[in-house]
Amino acid sequence: MDLSELVIEDVEGGSFRVHRSVMTSSEIFTLEQERIFNRSWLYVGHASEVPRPGDFCRRMVAGRPLFMIHGRDGKVRIFINSCLHRGALVCRQDSGNAGSFVCFYHGWSYDDCGRLVGVPDPSGYVEDFGKTGRALIEPPHVDSYRGMYFVNFGSNASSLADFLGEARELIDLTMDSVEILGGWEIIKGTAKYNIRANWKLLLENSADNYHFHTTHKTFADYNANLRRQAGLDRPRINNIDDSRGLVFRHGHVAMLTRAEGRTIANPSPLWSREAIAATIKLRDELAERYGEARGHSMADHSRFLIVFPNLAFHDTQSGFKLRQWWPLAPDMMEVSQWELVPRRESESLARYRLEGSLTFQGPGGFGTPDDIEALESCQIGFRAHELAWSDVSRGMRREARSDDELTARGFWRQWHAMIQGRAGAERVTDLPVARPPAPAQRAS
Amino acid sequence: MRPAAKTGAEDSRATSATPDVQGPPATQENLLLRLAVEHFLFEEAAHLDNWRLDEWLALFTEDARYVVPATDLPNGDPRRDLMLIDDDARRLRGRVARLKSRYAHREYPSSRTRRLITNIRLTRVEAHEIAVEASFVVYRSRAEAIAPYVGLYRYTLVRDDNSGFRIRHRRAELELERLSDHGAVSIIL
Repeated sequence: MDLSELVIEDVEGGSFRVHRSVMTSSEIFTLEQERIFNRSWLYVGHASEVPRPGDFCRRMVAGRPLFMIHGRDGKVRIFINSCLHRGALVCRQDSGNAGSFVCFYHGWSYDDCGRLVGVPDPSGYVEDFGKTGRALIEPPHVDSYRGMYFVNFGSNASSLADFLGEARELIDLTMDSVEILGGWEIIKGTAKYNIRANWKLLLENSADNYHFHTTHKTFADYNANLRRQAGLDRPRINNIDDSRGLVFRHGHVAMLTRAEGRTIANPSPLWSREAIAATIKLRDELAERYGEARGHSMADHSRFLIVFPNLAFHDTQSGFKLRQWWPLAPDMMEVSQWELVPRRESESLARYRLEGSLTFQGPGGFGTPDDIEALESCQIGFRAHELAWSDVSRGMRREARSDDELTARGFWRQWHAMIQGRAGAERVTDLPVARPPAPAQRAS
Repeated sequence: MRPAAKTGAEDSRATSATPDVQGPPATQENLLLRLAVEHFLFEEAAHLDNWRLDEWLALFTEDARYVVPATDLPNGDPRRDLMLIDDDARRLRGRVARLKSRYAHREYPSSRTRRLITNIRLTRVEAHEIAVEASFVVYRSRAEAIAPYVGLYRYTLVRDDNSGFRIRHRRAELELERLSDHGAVSIIL
């Protein structure tokens, strides 16, 4: 297999092709573990999941069992969840509060800072065996940004801040927007589901505006119906003119859309007068605190950011969700989705946030099931090797619109560089070659 | 329409807090009532397995609630926790309209389902309202996969004027760690 031929970009010819073996090959699956997941910063959890000393939560990250714990010394740590002795899991609940962890196999015990503090019958070991600074192992690199904890299993990782790069601005907008409401916290309950498809298909899907009106017609119709009943026009959801795609260094990509129905802070005309007034007030406060341009950008834009390689950071009209997915096999991925809410929120806004949150995204929503169907449908299509290439060229020959495939190309360039063992793509965006004149993009 | 939320959430919390609540005594009257409830649930299941969704929707009260908690939080409270589904009557109508459309791609063509409903218990019997628990397995087969949804139903039924029942609250708590082969909850559970 010639790795350099898996993604072929022809700028002049306006073609961008991805070889479908990358979705089905077990060799590629193994290479991805080694060259992408073992070398990238990977999201683990959010500080609000372990607010008090002793609070912990478990995660599987790149196939490794980990747990995150808020130690009594105030520090949040992430440990590899495996006893130093023979390897059994020392943390055996998904979440909770504990002062110590006793391995159930032979009884070795650890405190909330990971230190080995007890070994049954220590006379069988050399003197001071349990008192020589032994502790649970931490991943080689652990860092956090705005309350989000990441790990990196690689040997020479750059800093998390450098890795996030320009994507930090979008993260900051969302994080700053809720400061006056006490900050974000992850609520209890996780949407956990599998998709019988290659993990990269969900990446392509998560910042794609092109599929919206076909895949999600029933959702668009539901909204249009609600608005019709209220005497309003069809909603302007994911409107092409009001949105744009962005590509960043290190493979992060994003779609921004001007959206109604954001409780922070751009109201829907369907809401109660009280809720609309409260939202406009919040929007004004953001403009006052952060300046008009930044404050209004926080309020008005839904941000569909994907942090390479597998975290969707979606602050949208469907609420603020973090979604992460792991490949289990070339044709199977495991998805988890968490919801973040403002710590202080009025009852009327909570009502509309819940409505937005429940209607579209998630395995019981009106949108996600059809995305899952689309991805699984593609995966079945890939069985026919005669059709070897997928086309990701939309918008290459014009000033890219939000429903073009600029964002998917941004991801694929990074993926293609890393799968060949390089640190990153030399060029993240489409080449600014001579293009036919395109209608000026509307500033959003 | 929205105030109905309170009823549902409070009901569910009351029953969640006391999972092993002793039901009413096995008097002849209560046993007959259980048979009537069983009959109602079996007819409801037949509507769903046969995709008679309008008939199914007609079983609900106007203040109804249909709730599916997250798999890792079966006793979740819709007012503060993440739910997979928390429909009031309006969204439930939207859900049915969607499922009847040929554009609900996950269910077009429709999946085949078969519901097994058992261990039906009356947990509270009042003059106008009855709380019911029942175990379920809903098999869904489609696109080369069969996935069983296993769990517990909690119903609040109200007696209607024709000695039948209407559904005020219907909660399907899944005994699954995750939606693995299921992918989504694209059918009515």
